Amino acid sequence: MENEAKLTAGAITTFGIAVAALVVLPYIQVRDIQPPEGLKPYTSAELRGREIYVANGCLYCHTQQPRDRSFAPDFDRGWGRVTTPGDYYYDKPHLLGSMRTGPDLMNIGVRQPSMDWHLGHLYQPRAYVPDSTMPSYPYMFEVKDQAEDDEIIVKLPPKFVPSGKVVVARPEAVDLVKYLRSLDRSYPILPPDPQNAGKKDR
Amino acid sequence: MDSALLSLLAAFLLSLIGLLVFIWSLRKGLLFENPRAAATIFAPGEIGKADDPALDDQAAKRLQEAITASHGSEPQAEDPDEIKDRIAADRSSAFPVFMFISFGCMWLILGATAGLISSLKLHWPDFLVSEAWMTFGRMRTVHLIAVLYGWITNVGLGIIIWLLPRLLRTPLKGPMWVMLGGTFINIGIASSIGAIGSGWSDGMEYLEIPWQIGLFIQAGMVCIIGSVFYTLFHRKAHELYVSVWYHIAALLWISLLFTVGKLPGVHFGVQQAMTNWWYGHNVLGLWFTPIALGAIYYFLPKTIGRRVRSYNLSLLGFWTLAFFYAQVGGHHLVGGPVPGWLITLSIVQSMMMIIPVVAFSVNMAGTMWGRMRLALYSPTLRFMMFGGFMYLLSSVQGSFEALRSIQQVAHFTHFTVAHAHLGAYGFVSMVLFGAIYFMMPRVLHWEWPYPKLISLHFWLASIGILIYFVFLSWGGWLQGLAMLDTTREFMDSVRLTIPYLEWRSVGGGLMWLSHVIFVGHLLVMILRFGPNRTGEALFAPEKMKLEMMHGK
Repeated sequence: MENEAKLTAGAITTFGIAVAALVVLPYIQVRDIQPPEGLKPYTSAELRGREIYVANGCLYCHTQQPRDRSFAPDFDRGWGRVTTPGDYYYDKPHLLGSMRTGPDLMNIGVRQPSMDWHLGHLYQPRAYVPDSTMPSYPYMFEVKDQAEDDEIIVKLPPKFVPSGKVVVARPEAVDLVKYLRSLDRSYPILPPDPQNAGKKDR
Repeated sequence: MDSALLSLLAAFLLSLIGLLVFIWSLRKGLLFENPRAAATIFAPGEIGKADDPALDDQAAKRLQEAITASHGSEPQAEDPDEIKDRIAADRSSAFPVFMFISFGCMWLILGATAGLISSLKLHWPDFLVSEAWMTFGRMRTVHLIAVLYGWITNVGLGIIIWLLPRLLRTPLKGPMWVMLGGTFINIGIASSIGAIGSGWSDGMEYLEIPWQIGLFIQAGMVCIIGSVFYTLFHRKAHELYVSVWYHIAALLWISLLFTVGKLPGVHFGVQQAMTNWWYGHNVLGLWFTPIALGAIYYFLPKTIGRRVRSYNLSLLGFWTLAFFYAQVGGHHLVGGPVPGWLITLSIVQSMMMIIPVVAFSVNMAGTMWGRMRLALYSPTLRFMMFGGFMYLLSSVQGSFEALRSIQQVAHFTHFTVAHAHLGAYGFVSMVLFGAIYFMMPRVLHWEWPYPKLISLHFWLASIGILIYFVFLSWGGWLQGLAMLDTTREFMDSVRLTIPYLEWRSVGGGLMWLSHVIFVGHLLVMILRFGPNRTGEALFAPEKMKLEMMHGK
């Protein structure tokens, strides 16, 4: 090859085809999707919690995309029905995730609605799940002699509380738990699976 | 078959035919070999001559003897003009290259340390948790930014800036612009690492760098591309060698990719997820891979003084890579809430990637045929061969990993992580090491002080990545099987990975140690400690004579 113009044009064309196929077409296809009726926008506390989720990289170990029953037993594990593009209407950035070092969290708010459990679990996951490999997040909590009136005391199994002290949640922990509790995609939706939607036309 | 799939298939075939016509149009005769073009990297008479600056005099003599034995002919005299051009080219690029390599090595140490800590955290979950910046989610991301953007990108740019003037037979035009670009990029990387550590992230894998900081990286790339194209237009060489195609295209691709991926306020919901993974795979496929392949296409034939076996095959390899690789990203969302056609398209293209991989591998195997033992003599060659082989392995693995049946098990597990490291470390980083061992004596006019450390680095790194890859793949696969088995609770899939994760830390520890040795060795060389001096000043023009000796 001797011609730099052909090289440049060729490289940009192959790239352009890929952008058209993998970026622009999906954009056109999902642009007009409306949020499902059962889906509520996040509150400001939940959005702050979502930012904590991103900042601490929760997405590197937890997915938010239960898969179809024909593909994986996600439903049987209680992680919820398969999700559709509409379920992510308010998600920016998307937090689909790519690893399941821990379980899927798309419906954690349904599965585990307890504020106390979540706060305690963030403070020390092994207090609730003995073999868990999730990091503990002590920096989201304060260990004090006594809590102030407006502070939330974390109710831990006794042997995990430093003796004579109380563990109180910092605002970021509370916001994060509010976000986790808002994760609920259990409302009904049709069609149930976008990937099988084409099969019905046949 | 439904109409959507049929039209997809038709479009696919049509573009494939277009691609072949395009490749054909670049060639005067696709069926005739072009040994002249393949010999662009050699000055007249240089074929058959050993070239590995990482060797001391005696070792270089041994390599030459081994090559002569396999070629059966003595090297001829060199053409002084071409060598002069090459010396001028090397001198013009020396300082920018030195800068890129130094930054790259600094980020390598930081990134490897962060990687090792992250690895330990996965089986010691209460290790270093007191501060927010230490938590796994941030440490892991610091590792990713430091090694992908800090290490691979810097050294990749160093290789490009060093090779292009040599291959185009012209001094680098506007080296100050390249330095400015490099400064912007490294400011961007340093700020990104700070941002991630303090919790400011765009929140998408591989695209964590906040877009505001991304502007620095963009500006840096524009400066570098400007200078590179200016050099390209002023070239003295008629033929553009394979490495030039890969490197020029890679520079264009990464800039466009980063721009599309980072467009603020455009992407949303699942479409953002698709763009995210399209970018995530392309940063490997259209940036790291072409850098490393371009480097192998230069350094491997150059070291053994022998042309690439088939120039046409490299042309096929390049354009099929350009076409197929850009579309494979969707397979990361198998089973996810995205249109099925997109995933099918990506799986098809992933399988098609076998074409460029085989084209490259056959070409390199043909070049090395009957000469494999030369790797015993030359460290550059050893790293290049290891890297090339890992490219074959990781790409074939990647193609099959994209299939739905394999994804069903491997998706969401450590298997994918092992695969990513095979590509980014076993293939790309090993090639970068080899290239640095070749380039630095030319850049600094100084020999590597302790050749034994090069071997030690090689063995620690290769044994390290082997342990890492084997155990993590194995553990990841078992993890995937456990997750698919409804009779087992989820925690089983966590418990069973622990011993494999511990072994991964062992492999990672060896790799980390090899990097410390490598960077320490480089420091000794830069600071002029140790024995084996052959030159003195860094960039002194009056050392022309010495450079003649070492500027081959």
